[in-house]
Amino acid sequence: MGVTDVTGEPVISMRGVRAELGSRPVLRGIDLTVHRGEVAALLGANGSGKSTAIRSVIGQVPLSTGAIELFGTDRGRFRDWRRVGYVPQRTTAAGGVPATVTEIVASGRLSRTRFGLFGRADRAAVHRALELVGMADRAKDSVNALSGGQHQRVLIARALVAEPELLIMDEPMAGVDLASQEVLARTLREQVAQGTTVLLVLHELGPLEPLIDRAVVLRDGCVLHDGPPPHAPASIPPSSQLRSSRGYPQPGHDHVHPHGPAGADPIRTGLLS
Amino acid sequence: MEFLDYAFMQRALLAAVLVGVTAPAIGIYLVQRRQALMGDGIGHVAMTGVGLGFLLSTSPVWMATGVSVLGAILMELIRWYGRTRGDIALAMLFYGGMAGGVMFINLAPTGSTANLTSYLFGSLSTVSQSDVTAICLLAAFVVLVTLGLRRQLFAVSQDEEFARVTGLPVRALNLLTAVTAAVTVTVAMRVVGLLLVSALMVVPVAAAQQLTRSFAATFAIAVALGVTVTISGTITSYYQDVPPGATIVLLTIAAFVLLTALATPLARRRARALAAAQPPGDPAECSIPVTRGAADEVGV
Repeated sequence: MGVTDVTGEPVISMRGVRAELGSRPVLRGIDLTVHRGEVAALLGANGSGKSTAIRSVIGQVPLSTGAIELFGTDRGRFRDWRRVGYVPQRTTAAGGVPATVTEIVASGRLSRTRFGLFGRADRAAVHRALELVGMADRAKDSVNALSGGQHQRVLIARALVAEPELLIMDEPMAGVDLASQEVLARTLREQVAQGTTVLLVLHELGPLEPLIDRAVVLRDGCVLHDGPPPHAPASIPPSSQLRSSRGYPQPGHDHVHPHGPAGADPIRTGLLS
Repeated sequence: MEFLDYAFMQRALLAAVLVGVTAPAIGIYLVQRRQALMGDGIGHVAMTGVGLGFLLSTSPVWMATGVSVLGAILMELIRWYGRTRGDIALAMLFYGGMAGGVMFINLAPTGSTANLTSYLFGSLSTVSQSDVTAICLLAAFVVLVTLGLRRQLFAVSQDEEFARVTGLPVRALNLLTAVTAAVTVTVAMRVVGLLLVSALMVVPVAAAQQLTRSFAATFAIAVALGVTVTISGTITSYYQDVPPGATIVLLTIAAFVLLTALATPLARRRARALAAAQPPGDPAECSIPVTRGAADEVGV
C-alpha cells in the first residue's frame, strides 16, 4: 500500500488550480493527481482550502485559472456523473419535509436511472447501500429520528447507491459517534477493496488512517505536503499513542529514513522543521 | 345537495378540487426547500397580471399566469445571481407587483379596486366557463410536473448541491419549480384568492407532516387534506355567504391544529417503541461527547 505505485490512470487531475471566494484567494495553484484505486486524504487547518479544493473538483466552485480533469475529461465537459459519488459536508440529511432513509438514499440513484424510473435493480441497489452502512433495519424510519452518525451513514449510502468508481467525501467523520466511525471505516475499506478511488477531506486521520495511501496537506491554498500519511508504512510499527497525538502528518515525514542508525533520532528535513 | 343545481357552484367546486390538489402538490417542494413563502411572493406579482388583464380587456387568468411566471423566473434568477441584498430585490418585486396591479386596474375603463377584491380573496360566483377551462389546463400541467418529476424534484429540493453532482439539470428543475408554483397561484386565484394562495400551499403540508415519516405519505395526506378543505370551504361559503378563500384557509389551519393535537400522543408512542427496540445501555450515543471532545483537541 504505497503512495508511489502510480500505476492506475489518473481519475482526478488538478493543474495550477486557483479559485477565489468573493475576492479572497482560497486556492493558490493546486496541483494534484489522484490515480485509480488510490485513497487520498486532504488535510489541513480550517480555512486552508481543503473543502474548496474538493468542491472545485465536482464543479461547485468556479476556477479563476487552471484546469481540472475527471476521468481524463475536462470538468466543464464531464457528464458521466454516475461514476462519481459525493458526500457533502452536512450535519443532517433532513430537509423541510419528513423523508425516510430509503427515500433519501434513493435520490442518489437518479444518475443510474432513465427519467427517474426505478426498476427492481435500482431498489436492490438502495437496499444494498443501506446494508453497507448498517442502516437496512432503519430503512423505513424518518431521517429526523436518527443520530448525527446515522445521518452521515445515510449520506454515504446515498453516494454509494449509484455504485461510483470515485468517491469524494467532505469531512465524513465530522460529528460522528465512535460506533458509526467504525461502521464508516469498514464500509470504506470494502469500497477500496473493490477498487474504488477515494478523495476525502479529513480534519484528522482517525480510524480511517490504515486505509489512506496518501496524505495531501494544504495550507493557505497551497499543497504543503504530498506523500504517505505518518506511521502508515509497514517499517514503522503503528503506535496508537503517536497517531492520536499528531493530528495531521508532519511535513517532510517521507524523508525519515526507516533504516537509520539504531537509537538515533530520525533526521527531519521537512519544510517546517 | 341543492348547491349542485347551480352551474356557478359546479364550476366553483371543480375549481376548488383542482386547487386542493395542485396547491399542496407544488407546495410540498417549496416547504422542502424552505421557501414556504415563495407562493405569497408570486401571488403579489400576479396582481399586476390581473390588472393588465382588465386594462387590455383580455382574460385576467391567462394574463396573471404570464406575469406570475415571469415574476417567478425573475425571483429564481435573483436567487442565483443576487447574492447580496437579494431580499431587497425580492421585496421590490413583491410590492411593485401589488402596486402595479392596483394601478392598472384603476386605469382600466371597466375596472376598479372592487374588482380586484374578488381576485385577492376569492369568489364563487365569478368563476366563468373560460376560467374553468384555463384552470383545468393549468392544473393538468401542475399535476404532470409534480407527480411525473417527483424523484427529480425531491432530490433537488432535498440537497441542491448533491443533486448537481448526480448530474441532474438543477437550474432547469429550479426554474420548472418556480414556473409550476406560479401556475398554481393562478389556478388557485379564483377560488382562494391571490393573498391566501400561499396558505393552501404550505399549511396542508405542515399539517400532514405532523403524522408522517415519509415524503410520499406527506404528499398524499397533504393533497387529501387540500381537497377536503377546499370542497368543504366552498360549500360552507355557499350556505353562509362568506368569502371562500378565508373559509378555506381557516379550515386548513383548524385541521393543522387538530392534527398537531392528535400527533403528540402518536409521536410519544413512536418514541417509546423506538426506545424499546434499541438494546438497553447502548454505549454509542452516550460516548459521543467524550470521543468528540478529545478528537477535536487533537485536530488541527
